[in-house]
Order: sequence, then C-alpha cells, then structure tokens
Amino acid sequence: MSITEAIMAKFKPEFWATGGGEPGSGRRVLNFRRTWEQAILLMLGVSLVPLLALAHLDFQVTRNHAENEMALRTGRLLNDNMRAVSFFLQERRAALQFVIQTHTLAELADERGLALNLEGLRSSVGGFVDLGLFDGSGRHFRYSGPYSLQDLDYAAESWFQEVVTAGVHISDFYRGFRDDPHLVIALRRDMDDGSFYILRATLSTEWFNAQLAQFKRSGYGEAFLVNRQGIVQTPTMNYGEVLQRVRLPELPSFTEEFRVFPGVDEDGRELIIGYAVIPDAPFILMVIQRKSEVLRSWVQTRLVITAFVAVSIILIILVILGVTTRLVNKLYQADHERIKAMQEAEQVGKLASVGRLAAGVAHEINNPLAIINEKAGLMRDLLVHGNQETRLVRMPVLLDAIREAVERCAVITRRLLGFARHLESRWQEVRIQDVIEEVLAFHGKEAEYRNINLCVDVAPEVPVFVSDRGKLQQIFLNLVSNAFAAIGDGGHIYITGTMKNEAQVLVTVTDDGTGIPAVDLKRIFEPFFSTRTQRGGTGLGLSITYGLVRELGGNIQVESAVGVGTRFFVTLPLNAAKLQDGREENANSVG
Amino acid sequence: MAEKILLVDDEKDFVEALAERMRARGMDVSTATSAPDALAQTDKESFDAIVLDLAMPEMDGLEALKRFKEKNPQLQVILLTGRATVEKGVQAMKLGALDLLEKPADIETLSRKIKDASARKMVLVNKAAEEKIHDIMINKGW
Repeated sequence: MSITEAIMAKFKPEFWATGGGEPGSGRRVLNFRRTWEQAILLMLGVSLVPLLALAHLDFQVTRNHAENEMALRTGRLLNDNMRAVSFFLQERRAALQFVIQTHTLAELADERGLALNLEGLRSSVGGFVDLGLFDGSGRHFRYSGPYSLQDLDYAAESWFQEVVTAGVHISDFYRGFRDDPHLVIALRRDMDDGSFYILRATLSTEWFNAQLAQFKRSGYGEAFLVNRQGIVQTPTMNYGEVLQRVRLPELPSFTEEFRVFPGVDEDGRELIIGYAVIPDAPFILMVIQRKSEVLRSWVQTRLVITAFVAVSIILIILVILGVTTRLVNKLYQADHERIKAMQEAEQVGKLASVGRLAAGVAHEINNPLAIINEKAGLMRDLLVHGNQETRLVRMPVLLDAIREAVERCAVITRRLLGFARHLESRWQEVRIQDVIEEVLAFHGKEAEYRNINLCVDVAPEVPVFVSDRGKLQQIFLNLVSNAFAAIGDGGHIYITGTMKNEAQVLVTVTDDGTGIPAVDLKRIFEPFFSTRTQRGGTGLGLSITYGLVRELGGNIQVESAVGVGTRFFVTLPLNAAKLQDGREENANSVG
Repeated sequence: MAEKILLVDDEKDFVEALAERMRARGMDVSTATSAPDALAQTDKESFDAIVLDLAMPEMDGLEALKRFKEKNPQLQVILLTGRATVEKGVQAMKLGALDLLEKPADIETLSRKIKDASARKMVLVNKAAEEKIHDIMINKGW
C-alpha cells in the first residue's frame, strides 16, 4: 500500500464505500457519497463564487482607479513643467525684446554696450550665454560672450533665414560652431531706412537640464524635451542620447497640444506617455513613466489582498470539507442505526406474524384434538365396559375417526410448515392467487365462526410472476389480519387482483370495518404508530408491510372512511426480479 | 334419575362420541350440530343442562346462550370451547352460563358439572313449584 493510499484509508469516511441502492428495508435513504459531493459543491459554490467575484471586481476597480490616477498625475506634472518651460522661454524672449526696443543700434553696437546688456540680462533673468548682433547679410558684426564667434558668416544658417522672414526665432538645441548643445533666440529689428539688424541670444541648456532633472528626482519617471522631429533635446536616462532620435518604438504625431496615452518602450515594457507642445517654441515636453513603477504600490496592496483571499479560500475549503464530511458521517451513522432498528423491527414483525399464525393454528388444531380425545375416551369405555362383540364392531370405526382427525391436524401443521418455509426470503415464480388463498386458509375457521364473508377475485390475465413469496405472504397476512381486526362479525373482506398496466399488478384488500379516521390515515405507515397499543399492538405491522412492499419494488396506498371501511392498494411490479438483480449488481460493483 | 342433557357442537364426530360416553355414564343425551337446531329442540323438550360450544358457524355460542336464557331462565348452560379468552368467559358468565370448560375436556369433570347443573335446576324448579303453590295458597285460599 502506498503512502497516499494509507492516508486515504485513514481519512476515508465510513460512508465512502456505500452505494445508494442497497436492497431491503435496510435500504439506505441517501446515496451518501453523492450527498457529500453535492453538499461540498453547493457550499463551495455559495462561499467561493462571491468571494472570487468580489476579489476580481476589486482588482478591476482598483486597477482602473490606479491607472486613472496615474494618468491624471502625469497630466498635471506635464502641464506644470510645460508652463515652466514655456514661461522660461517667454521671459527670455521678452527680456531680449526689451533690450532691442530700448536701445538704438549704435548703443548696442558700441564696444561696451552689448557686454553691459549681457551682464544685465545674466544678472536679472539669467540663463544667457552670449549676445550677438547680425546685419542683413548674416555677418556677425558684434559679439559678446565666452566664444570667439565675431565676424563669422551666418547667412546660410537656417535660423538666420527664418528670423529674416518671421522676425523672431527660437531654435532647437544644436551644437553649431561651438560644439555644445545650446539654443538661440533671435529677434529682428527693422530700421527706418528699410534695413534691419538681428539680436541673437544663446541660452545654455543648464536651466532645462536642472528643471527636468528635478522632475526625475520626484520618482515619477522622466521628463525631457524633444523637437517636432522627435530629436531628444535634453538629457534622458532611457530614451536616447541628446540630439539623437528619441528611443521609442512609436513616435506620437504631436498633432494635439496635450495628450496622455499608454505605450511601450523598446523592451516592450508598458509606459504611460504624455506630451505637451510648448507654445511659440519648437519644443515638445515629454513625460514618460513606467507603468510597473507607478503601479508598484498598488501591486503590493494587491499582493496582500490576493494572499489573504488565497488563505481564506484554503480555509473555507478545509472547513467545508471537514464539516460536511462530519455531518454526512453522522447522517450515515444515524441511518445505519435506523437500518439496524428497522431490521430488528422486521424480525419482531416476522415473529409477530408467526405468533399470530401459531395462535390460529392452535385454535384449529383444538377441534380435531377434542374429537380424538372423545373417541379415545369412548374406546376406553368400550374396552372397560363393553362386550367382545361391540368392541369388534365399534373399534375399527372409532380408530378410523381418530385417524381422520389426525389427518386434519396434519393438514394444518403441513400448511403452517409450508407457510413458515416460504417466510424465508426467496425469489421464485408466484401465482398471486395462491398466496392470497394460502393466507386466507389460516383465517378460514375464524371467518366461519364469525360469519365473515371472504371473497377473492383475481383476474385471469394476471400472470405468474417472479417475486419474493415470503414477503408477499407477510404483506397479505398483515393486511388480512388488520381487516379481520377491523370488521365485526358478519363483515366482508374483498380481495381483488387485476393488471394495473402492462408491468404492474394491483391487489386491493377491502373491508367494511370501522375505517380509519383521516387524521390517523396519514400516519398509519409510520413505525410505532398504533391505536391498539393498549391491546398489544406494536404499531409495526403496517410500517413493516410498507417496507416489504417497497422492497418488492411495489407501492402501497390506502383509502378509508370511518364507518364505511378501508381499502388497501398494493401495486407490485411484474419484473421486480430484474430490479433486484440490478440492485445486487450495483451493490457488488460498489462493494 | 337420569340427567337429561343436550350437547351442541358443530363437530358431528365430537358431539356423537361425547354423547355416547355420557350415555354410558347413564345420562339421557340429545345432540345438536348447530345453535338453531338446539333452540328448536329446547322448544320441544326440557333439559336439565345444555353443553354448548362457543365457536360455531351461523350462530355462535354466546348468541345461542342469550336465546336459551330468554326462553327459559332456568336452563343451565355449560360452555365448552376450544378458544377460551377471559373476555369471552366473563361475557358468558354475565349472560348466565353456569360454567366454562376448555376443550379437550375431561369427561369426569364435565359429568360432575352436569350433575351440579342438574341439581341446581332441581332446586330452581322446586323453588318455582313452591312459589306457585304459595301463590295458589294465597290467592285461591279456600
């Protein structure tokens, strides 16, 4: 035996091996294993389904909530940073505008003028690297700053062409001549004579880097600038080098001003991507967050809840298994007790019917015995007082009479023996009329003395069928005894046998006795229900009869009216033997 | 003087054997195999005692006993039964039976009971005769 089998054997409840359909009034009411399974399934269903549904719902709701929250927060952060960047650029532009509006070309072009303005801008608004003046041909005729860019020709540069046409220009970040990422703001100032000059300021990336790095420190992903072509403008940890294309599998089209949407990075991780177009600038602020990072706290809460649910489920299953097994086992034991009690009661019932038979037989045997007694006494008288002649004549006659009486006794004892032999359960071919007449034979004398009219009418089409003769005898003995008890002298008992349908025989036992009150009628098949307890009734007769009929696969019903009489309907199947075989096979296959 | 008795039982064999034995004991015995037959006989003759079977078809012993007593309260009835119950016994005694014996009965016991019954009857008859004489003496005093 393997270990699992050993464990199974230890825990296997008593009822496990029992099937549903054991024959006999000892028959189980329930299929305990099926009951057990059904109870387990039902209880698991009603306890686990709501729990799982709730857990699932909670998962969905909190997840949605967390994602919404995340999108909202991303949007807010995006908005804040976009405003900061936008404000920064506008401020610088306004400062330059102020410079160019409030100074003449001469003042600016003066050796000290540009440097002074640069100094002023640096100290007031800040972020400026250098200032430069360009004439209409693109010549950098005045420069103030850390690089030596004076007199370089910018006519071919795109920013120069743009500022010539548009009047103002904010560039992308680019390396330009100095090989260091920077951006420029250029303004055109028209002169009265139609010529113009351009003031250009270079802004360092420092402020942007600092501003956006601050965002990174907040732990909500990264913020950086890209231009409209998707070229990264400010440093980012994960999404590409500065001035390289942003490293995302799909670049948003930047058609809207502001958007937050889900995406994936190149490694397939889920992202929340947000972008905002900076007004009046070629920049787009991007905020990218990893979903896994943002949802981390939610996932942790989730894990705790999931663990809790899992433990609950295990506990529920264990408790249900334990409680159900225990209950079903109790039920099984109670049923077992009931079966034992019923079997005992059945035995008692059998003995009671034997006792009743014995009483009847004793009465019947008394008459021939009385005859034998008198004949023997007469013979003795003859032997003592009579003469030889009378002895010779009378003796043989008397002896014959005695033998005749003995024969009568023998018939009665044979009948009793035959009946008792049939009381043993045995399936055999039965002619229902024979069984009824055999039973009535025991009541023949009583019927005669009490002037009771017995009538048996079995339809000729009722066939010989296989059934348990002993049980049939007990059934009809009980019913006929009850009828005899119910009727007064001169009453009638009417027994009919007909075919109820192709498969069933219907036997009715009718008396015109006292009848049964409607209140009692419902209970007469219950064990220990008796209205004759004072007079020696056990209250088992009809319950045993009921059990016997059920064992034969039949059915018993009663109708009665007080003062009119009682009629019992016994329905018996013609193929009860087949049922019996099937049942035994079942029992075998289970056991 | 020989007691005049009537045996009533539905078993012909039984009643005849018993009758013969009683006769051998010097009694004057008549027989009947049913209660109506017995009633008819008591109409014609008077008996010192009647031995009556309790269980009989047509009319049972108790019913017959009632009829006998209705006709002639002085009749002494001894019941003989194969199926004696206390209930039946008490009922029989209430109806005025002298005694109740169980089958198969001992012939000597039965004879003794019959003699008792006969004696009782004599007393009753004598008493009735005395009363009659007394009546005559009183009413027809001459």
